[in-house]
Amino acid sequence: MASHSHAQPIGGPLNKKFVTVMTVILGIWAVVVLYRFIFGIGVVSGLTDYYPWGVWIAFDVVTGTALACGGYAVAILAYILNKGKYHPLVRPAILTSALGYSMAALAIILDVGRWWGIWKIPLGGWPSVGGYNWNSALLEVALCVMAYVGVLWIELGPAFLEKWEATSKNSALVGFARLGLKFYDKAMLWIVALGVLLPTMHQSSLGTLMLLAGKKLNLLWYTPWIPLLYLISCIGMGYAVVVWESALSHRAFKRERENDMLVSLSGAMVVVIALYLLLRFADLVISGKTVLMFTSGWLSLVFWVEIALFAVPLFLLASKTRRSHFPNMILASILLMLAGAMYRFDTYITAYNPGPGKTYFPSLLEIYITVGVIALEITLYYVIVKRYPIIGGVPADGSAQ
Amino acid sequence: MSMDRRTLLKGLAIAGAGAVTPLEASEKYTAPPDDAVGLLYDATRCIGCQACVTACKNANDLPGNRYDPPRDLDGYTKNIIRLYEGEDGTYSYVKSQCMHCIDPGCANACMIGAYKKREFGIVTWDPSRCIGCRYCQVACPYNIPKFQWDTGVPKMVKCELCNHIIYDPETGTLREGALPGCCQACPKEAVIFGKYTDLVADAKQRIAEHPERYWGPDGEPKIFGLTDGGGTQVLYLADVSFDKLGFPDLENEGTAKQAREIQHGIYRGFIAPVALYGVLGLVMWRNKRAAGKEEG
Repeated sequence: MASHSHAQPIGGPLNKKFVTVMTVILGIWAVVVLYRFIFGIGVVSGLTDYYPWGVWIAFDVVTGTALACGGYAVAILAYILNKGKYHPLVRPAILTSALGYSMAALAIILDVGRWWGIWKIPLGGWPSVGGYNWNSALLEVALCVMAYVGVLWIELGPAFLEKWEATSKNSALVGFARLGLKFYDKAMLWIVALGVLLPTMHQSSLGTLMLLAGKKLNLLWYTPWIPLLYLISCIGMGYAVVVWESALSHRAFKRERENDMLVSLSGAMVVVIALYLLLRFADLVISGKTVLMFTSGWLSLVFWVEIALFAVPLFLLASKTRRSHFPNMILASILLMLAGAMYRFDTYITAYNPGPGKTYFPSLLEIYITVGVIALEITLYYVIVKRYPIIGGVPADGSAQ
Repeated sequence: MSMDRRTLLKGLAIAGAGAVTPLEASEKYTAPPDDAVGLLYDATRCIGCQACVTACKNANDLPGNRYDPPRDLDGYTKNIIRLYEGEDGTYSYVKSQCMHCIDPGCANACMIGAYKKREFGIVTWDPSRCIGCRYCQVACPYNIPKFQWDTGVPKMVKCELCNHIIYDPETGTLREGALPGCCQACPKEAVIFGKYTDLVADAKQRIAEHPERYWGPDGEPKIFGLTDGGGTQVLYLADVSFDKLGFPDLENEGTAKQAREIQHGIYRGFIAPVALYGVLGLVMWRNKRAAGKEEG
């Protein structure tokens, strides 16, 4: 199961300019976060009792974890559909997923008001029993996400162990790394299976969540099929992220582009988007909401923009000639990420209407807290790929590491 | 081969035993409990004096100033009176507080049961179980639960029918003659406390005596809460339409019902996830074995 991969650390010193900029951004971020913890969520955000969930949930958690589905989506291809050629994409995808999910977990801690009690969720309110409310889709999401963060870092374990085995001067650490890698050789299969099962569960439940909003959610988005739509779209977003990330790291770290692989991955995107759009429209037609697509005022416009963001990548990637054209592939990936993000923003914010005259727009500090979370993720990604064997392929100039 | 099958079976057993979803009796959500209590608010009797607002603050130890009454429920206000004024000169006061739903959205949403529909059907909030995720606010069709946005140690705040006054946890019964703050204070008996069945009978009698006094669709006077959103233990009578008073137009079953059915449908007995896990594992195991054969 490719526990010894061909991936190698990028190596070299950290870019000074990058580190300085990130330190400043994260320093200010730390102050804002402290301010939020002392004086409450109201002082840093535009959230209200009518819009209790804003960008922290809609972006950091719901969209963030969907964008972090690269590891999930590629694992389905590489391990379940047994397309071995995708293996070089697995590890970078798992790293982005691990970081994305960890950042979502961090965002949840920033978002919940009574964060000091979070440990009670996995324990079901222990010591008192019968605490789990199995009616709550959010409980399922919370337990699954917590477990999945752990599973992702475990899946990434070999990257760290390989590095220690190869370079550590501490013989105990080397021994530990060897033992660990042996364990992975046997157990990786069941860990990866868990890594496919858990996102299937909670990515769909992230959609189910909003069914409890009932009539507050516009009928164009309220559908019993929402778990399925969330699941399919997150897989599409996962592939899009992998393509985009591969292109980006090709440019940033001067690696050879995994062109053929990305072209066929784009082919997988076509299937996923087509299925998504088919279900989205089938649901609206079957449940008799066809006319709402045109009569819902400005939400009709929002709906069609959202649909277009899915449809354009479908068009760009549909034929093999078009998707082999690299700029097409990149544009399609970006549009698909935006499409999935917009679908999520629409269900959680835009199409959510708690009552007449109520509006929400995020405050500057609220947005800044989200920016900080993203900055932290990028910084960690950069440091880890520099130091640990994540990215495969040889440098484009042919020099060996 | 046998090794892997055993591992698989063990995995199935552990996952299955650990997470069996209890299926609750469906009638729990379709009718109020036999001993249910609640409120009946008659907007035609209310004179908008706001005595109940002050009384609620006192009874629940919440800060507030009677000369500057709150305009909406908030993190420090569990009960308010608002004024509706129509363009045609009609007007009505309307009281807002928790509706104590028969199938409460908040209790369905809440992860580890900070919200519970308790003895006498009263929906309460337990601070020791709340992490402040605010899903209850998304789930409540009446936008009742409020959050304290201005503090680092916030609480969720909503009417608990003065549970701490009317309910004796030692005997498990209602305290003789005890009333929620708002009902103690009301000079016109516009809001009264009582057994749910008595309140329904009372409302029907008022309608029978003065059908012309109350609003209803097609001239048929309506008791709001009898069936709306699956029914609530707080009932309303008014002489203007309820949507003008800010009530949502709900189906006759709880919003929570469909969400619950979908969630339980997918996770019934936790069979689907466990089966999926087993299938995933087997497929990968076969893939791995096939790859091994190719190499060897």
